[in-house]
Parts: sequence; C-alpha cells; structure tokens
Amino acid sequence: MMQPATAILPERGLGDRLTALFWRRPRVLLALLLVPPLLWLGVVYLGSLFALLLQSFYSIDEFSGVVKEEFTLKTYAELFRAQNVDIILRTLLMSALVTLACAVIAFPIAYFAARFARGRWKAVFYLGVMLPLWSSYLVKVYAWKLILAKEGILTWTAEHMGVGAIWGRALDEQWFGGSSLSTSPVGTFIVFVYIWLPYMILPMQAALERVPGSMLEAAADLGASRAQAFRTVILPLALPGIVAGSIFTFSLTLGDYIIPQIVGTSARFIGLAVYQLQGTAGNIPLAAAFAVVPIVIMLVYLTVAKRMGAFDAL
Amino acid sequence: MHSDRASWGLKLGAGLGLAFLHLPILLIFLYAFTTEEKSYQFPPPGLTLKWFGVAWERADIWPPLWLSLQVAAIATVLAMILGTLVAAAMAQSRFFGRDQISLLILLPIALPGVITGMALRSAFSVMDIPFSVWTIILGHATFCIVIVYNNAVARFRRLSGGILEASSDLGANGFQTFRHVLLPNLGSALLAGGMLAFALSFDEVIVTTFTAGQQSTLPIWMLQELVRPRQRPVTNVVAIVVFAVTFLPILAAYYLTRDGDQTAGAGK
Repeated sequence: MMQPATAILPERGLGDRLTALFWRRPRVLLALLLVPPLLWLGVVYLGSLFALLLQSFYSIDEFSGVVKEEFTLKTYAELFRAQNVDIILRTLLMSALVTLACAVIAFPIAYFAARFARGRWKAVFYLGVMLPLWSSYLVKVYAWKLILAKEGILTWTAEHMGVGAIWGRALDEQWFGGSSLSTSPVGTFIVFVYIWLPYMILPMQAALERVPGSMLEAAADLGASRAQAFRTVILPLALPGIVAGSIFTFSLTLGDYIIPQIVGTSARFIGLAVYQLQGTAGNIPLAAAFAVVPIVIMLVYLTVAKRMGAFDAL
Repeated sequence: MHSDRASWGLKLGAGLGLAFLHLPILLIFLYAFTTEEKSYQFPPPGLTLKWFGVAWERADIWPPLWLSLQVAAIATVLAMILGTLVAAAMAQSRFFGRDQISLLILLPIALPGVITGMALRSAFSVMDIPFSVWTIILGHATFCIVIVYNNAVARFRRLSGGILEASSDLGANGFQTFRHVLLPNLGSALLAGGMLAFALSFDEVIVTTFTAGQQSTLPIWMLQELVRPRQRPVTNVVAIVVFAVTFLPILAAYYLTRDGDQTAGAGK
C-alpha cells in the first residue's frame, strides 16, 4: 500500500516559517507593520505636541529672559492682553472671510466639473485644480507680489482700461491700498483666497458628484426653478463637502505666517506672532501658548463639522 | 427648469475661476526675463536672458539647493517606508484604534503647519537637540507619511485579495508574494506617492523655518529674498527651478495613478 502523498509542502526555510506564523497569527504581522510608523508618529509628532503643551505652561523671566521650567498659567494670562486678543480676533475674522470667499469662487468650478465636464474636459478640470494645489507655495505667493505691486500688472491694466485715476484714488484709501495692494489687508486677503482655493474645490466637487441627477430631474418635474432646485436640493446635499473644504481653508489661514509677512501690513496674525515670539523674541512659552490657540479653535471647528457630516465628505 | 447644458453664467464662473488659478504663475516666468531689477514694473521694459547666468554664478544659491534635495530625498524614503507599512496594516484588517490611527496620520497636515513647526521646535528645546539636517528631515518625513499613505491605501483597496490567495495556493510564501505579486501592483502608486512627497518636502517652508536653525533650504532662501529683495529677477529664476522640480513629479504622479483601475484583479 502506498502512503497518500502529503498535501503540505515541506518548509523551505525562514521565509516559509514566518509565513506560517503570520498565517496562524495575523496579529503578529499587523503589529510588525504598525510598530515602526506608530513609533515614529507617536514619538516625533505626539511627543512634540506634548512638548508644545508643556512649554506653554512654563513662563519667561522678564529680567533675564530665561525660561522658568515651573508650572504656571501666567503665560496663558498674557494671551488676554489687548494686543494679543486683537491678533486672535484679526486672524479669526480673516479666516472666516477667506473661507467664505473660497466657497463662493469654488462653487462654479466644482459644480461645472462635477455635473457637466465629461471626457477630456473632466481631465482638464482635474489637472486644472490639482496643479495649482501642488505647485510651490512660495512661488504662488511671489507671483501675487508681482501682480499686486504698485507698478505691477493690475495698475497697468487699470490704466489701459481707462480707469487709472479711479484705481489710483482707490489705492489711496487706507483700508484698500495704503500705498499699494501688496501692503494692504485686501492684498493679504486676495492671496489667502488664491492659495487655499483648491482645498475648497476638491471636497466640494466630490460632494456635488454624489448628488444624484435623478433628484434634480425630480425637482424639475415638480416645477422647481433653477434657483429653487439649487437652494433646496443641491445646496443642502453639497453642504457637507463645503464644510469639509472650509476645514482646510479655515485651518490653513489660521496658522499661516508667510503670506501676511510678504503681502500685507505689519499687523500681526497668530502664525506670525508664534514665529516672531519663538525667533527674534526668544519667548518660547508665549509662542507655544499662541500655537495652542489654533489647536483649540480647530478642535471646536472639527466637532461642529463632524456634526454636519463633513467627515464623510473628506 | 432643469437642463443638461450648463448655463452661460456657470461656464463663465468656472472658466474665470480656472484662469484665476493659473494666470498668476505665468507671470513668474515673464519676470525672469525682465531687464528691470529694482521694481516689479509691468510690462517689463526689456527682455534678457542674463539672469539665468547670474543665478548660476551666485554662490549663495547652490548650498540651499543641495540641502533641499538631500532633505527631500531622505524624507521621501522614510515616508515611503512608514506610509506603506501603515497602509498595509490598515488595508488588511480592522482592529481596535483604527480610526484613531488614521486621524494621527492625517493630523500633521490637517493642523496648521505653524503648530507642527512650533511643536517640533518646543521638543528640540525641551530635549536640548541642536538643529541639524536631521531636525529638518524629522519634520518633513512626518507630514510626508500621509501623502504616501493616501496613495498606497487607495491602491490596496482596489487590489483584489484573490490574487494574494492565488499566490499562496501556488506555493509562494509571504515574501515571494510580496516580491512578485504585491510590489508590481503597488509599485506605481508608491512611486506616485513618493514623487508627491518629494515635491511637498522640496517646497516646504512653514515647518522648515522652525526646524532649520541657521541653515537654509531653497524655500528659506527664497523667503529671505522675498522679504528683502536684491536682484529680483534672480529670485524668479530660482522660482522657476522650484516650480519645475515640484511640477514634473506631480505630473508624473498623475499619469502613474491615472490608470490605477487596471490593477490586477480589479475587474471583478
């Protein structure tokens, strides 16, 4: 009688033995996969965030300028000085305005790309949003410095359209230009909107693509005008996408310190305050406390956004 | 009334929006050729090629360029390893804490860069770590992980589990399956993720200013030129270089992942 041949192949070395182990105990493989990235993110990133929190509870000795490593809430109290409250409010206002403007400008692009663009145009719109999103941040900011400069292309265009005098007068207005748009709050606003716009378009487009065409047909059948269909069907269904996009535009404006430095007045924003405090002023505790402000604001924002279903649209 | 054609208003809005996104970048190219170096006069009074030569001769540009390439290369490799590992773990099973981990990966780019930067700066200060190339790389790798992860996890999702099972049925062990089945299918997504990570790192300035100390990467060099300009067209030449170094990988990444639907086993 012949022995039936075994169906199990002989082990061919370490590789096979490990494979068998992973097969019997999938958790071992999972742990091996997860340990290096979690160790990195846990130690480098969470560890740093913890250090940030720790520093914000230290204070700086006013006379020697040395950081006192004792627990105190003094540094947080400094945040409530009038000038610092001003910085926080100014940043919040700017973030809100930028988010609003981004939503308004992004909507036609996202809507067209989601509902009407087909085939080649779909690719054009996709690349048309992705390329500016990924292109160099500094290069984009620099481009606007060229555009907004007093002797730049905007002034030239205004003069050639015969409105140079009005343009010049508008630039003299303190809130609008000061001397040129590249040193005014309006300039800062424009650049913010430009830089963060793609972050609004993408989630918005994704949300709009999920609006079923049949719903719009149903709305039309029931006699809704374009405006009514927009207000009662499209907008509510696209809202999670808009909120998802606003997370990015709001959060990114909240923390940016490059744009107000290059295009803008000397009025400070949270990001700029953090940067200057840790650098030239050497006041790391106050800088850390300032950096906690956007974290708290974003946590509140994210909680509200989650309630509105924005996370499903990300 | 509902119709399947876009209204003129919508077309105009979408077209103007796209133009708004693209036209400013073109100006960078124009100003690299201007003969005017003291102001941003438009239109340029004359055109010249001399700034490319001047930029080539400027000794202060080369060390930052070299440092940026070095940092981006190492950060990309680190991010590719870590991002792929975590994507593999997240794709193969559901486990406790999965959502928390995906939040943790996303956090470094979801929170404003100034927080990541300031957090790292505080950590270096608390632990008395001196600034070096490695402090820059530490920050860059951290926020690049999510880029690689996103690309890899999307490909893992489309990859049919059947081909992995078929591979083991045919007698391959886990490492052979990885080498001959998983890697070829994953390859283009990883490459795309790596390229995007490289572009992101090469261009990063917000976190870098907090982790670099006295060293200059190319974006930091550019930032200094923007705040205190001298020889403005040279900045434009460098801007074009930065633009090209980030633009080409992005375009390549798009073409690499565009045909992702043709992954083996995706037809079912």
